Amino acid sequence: MTLRRPTFVFSMLAFGYAFLYAPIVSLIIYSFNESRLVTVWAGFSTKWYQRLLQNEQLLDAVGVSLRIAVMNATLALVLGTLAGIALVRFRRFRGRAALALMVGAPLVVPDVILGLASLLLFVAMEQAVGWPAGRGMTTITIAHITFSLAYVAVVVQSRLIRLDPSLEEAALDLGARPWKVFFLVTLPLIAPALAAGWLLAFTLSLDDLVIASFVSGPGASTLPMVVYSSVRLGVSPEINALATILVALVTTGILVAGWVMHRRAES
Amino acid sequence: MPLPFSNSPVNRVVRNAARRAAALLNGRTAVIGVPWLWLALFFGMPFLIVLRISLSEVVIGLPPYSALVEWVEGGLLAIRLNFGNFVLLWQDPLYARAFLHSIEVAAVSTLFCLLIGYPMALGIVRAPASWRIPLLMLVILPFWTSFLIRVYAWMGILKNNGLLNNLLMGLGIIDQPLVLLHTDFAVYLGIVYGYLPFMILPLYATLSRMDASLLEAAADLGCRPLCAFWRVTVPLSMPGIVAGSLLVFVPAVGEFVIPDLLGGPDSLMIGKLLWAEFFNNRDWPVAAAVAVALLLLVVVPVMLLERARSREAEA
Repeated sequence: MTLRRPTFVFSMLAFGYAFLYAPIVSLIIYSFNESRLVTVWAGFSTKWYQRLLQNEQLLDAVGVSLRIAVMNATLALVLGTLAGIALVRFRRFRGRAALALMVGAPLVVPDVILGLASLLLFVAMEQAVGWPAGRGMTTITIAHITFSLAYVAVVVQSRLIRLDPSLEEAALDLGARPWKVFFLVTLPLIAPALAAGWLLAFTLSLDDLVIASFVSGPGASTLPMVVYSSVRLGVSPEINALATILVALVTTGILVAGWVMHRRAES
Repeated sequence: MPLPFSNSPVNRVVRNAARRAAALLNGRTAVIGVPWLWLALFFGMPFLIVLRISLSEVVIGLPPYSALVEWVEGGLLAIRLNFGNFVLLWQDPLYARAFLHSIEVAAVSTLFCLLIGYPMALGIVRAPASWRIPLLMLVILPFWTSFLIRVYAWMGILKNNGLLNNLLMGLGIIDQPLVLLHTDFAVYLGIVYGYLPFMILPLYATLSRMDASLLEAAADLGCRPLCAFWRVTVPLSMPGIVAGSLLVFVPAVGEFVIPDLLGGPDSLMIGKLLWAEFFNNRDWPVAAAVAVALLLLVVVPVMLLERARSREAEA
């Protein structure tokens, strides 16, 4: 009797992982398919990878997306950390409820609304003050920072709450100035959360189609926008090749991160 | 001449407290002010603008909506509010259908995520300790790869001559390809697939904190495993169930990519409708009205619910 449920639970686990990974595995396998038809296996070939490397439009889009993602992650990290510190460390201040609401809301508001709202703001601002003139990478970056700083703030907040206050107090009592305490004690202590927040913001930006489509202008197509327009035309093996490269990069990244954490835990 | 107690511990504590307070006042303003202003400008303001444009009329021009406030003859300031967009949402059954359909799709998908995610989270918790982190990593890994590409993968699987139909026909289960892509079924599948990790992670967080001795106590008191599951495990994991369900339900209601790529023309969802009003019809006021309605009908109730729940948890 006691054995039956674990068996059920573990078979659900196997089923769940099969469900999560079957599509990804199928993408990888068919990225090496000779035939354009995704469903017919016509022998091993790397020609879609070569096509991918010759696809100027796609490569440009990768460049645009990476630049936006790095810029976004860095600024969202700074703003999100400040917001997280403000919410955890300062219990009472005017506008606290508004800040908490504005930090929490982007997590539950659908992308289409965030995209539409940001675009309408940029249009209104351009009319009123002449900035931003036209839309493109700047407007995409601003819109991305606005929603990804919320995720950074959540990660930083959860780390700060669990932080032992006696370490900072000790530094203050030993005569360190508050800003020095912040940079020499607090920041190193929350560094793992900062790294996680930066990566999260980077990925959110790299992955976003909807918001970027609303606030983008001519000449600034991000990778998801280019992938989306080619996917709408039908299944294309080049996208499979792209997906395989992406999965390989992410897996390597996670393995390296896991190895580093493992090493650190041992030492 | 220094005071005799200038270096006493009491003095040092007082001095430090004063220094800390002074520094806080300076740094504090910047720490609070910078993110506050950014969010007010780029997150708060846009919603006011959306509200304002939802009350204007579509005009031909740039930007394609009428002014809210205008000078009329005699130097009077006139405010023109147009509730026509909301009347349209109320009267045209298309919008009501899209709303109800979105909520139905999101609710059913959330239920399936829970049915698949709960045993998975339980499985990860019960797995040997050294397996837990790799198993969790495997849940998170798909999240770091492109969402769009994972949806696209299902297109290749569900097509008429796709992998699934070929497999089923090869096995002799069916002799005609099933129409799977561009159906509601594909939308449900896509949403469950895309949001499953968001269900598993909060469930894992609550289940892993559960005290295993409670289950032993239940067993000692004669509760069978299934009964212990219903009366101990499920009630204790309620916070995880609610958190996971919200993380799936809310974004699923406004989802655009999945219904657009996997759904058919008849499976109209509200996110897709908003997109179409904006990009295809170029009717910004109606798109803004749809956004306002979606916020008021789904997002605000969910936020209030969440707040009430967290207050309850604190109390």
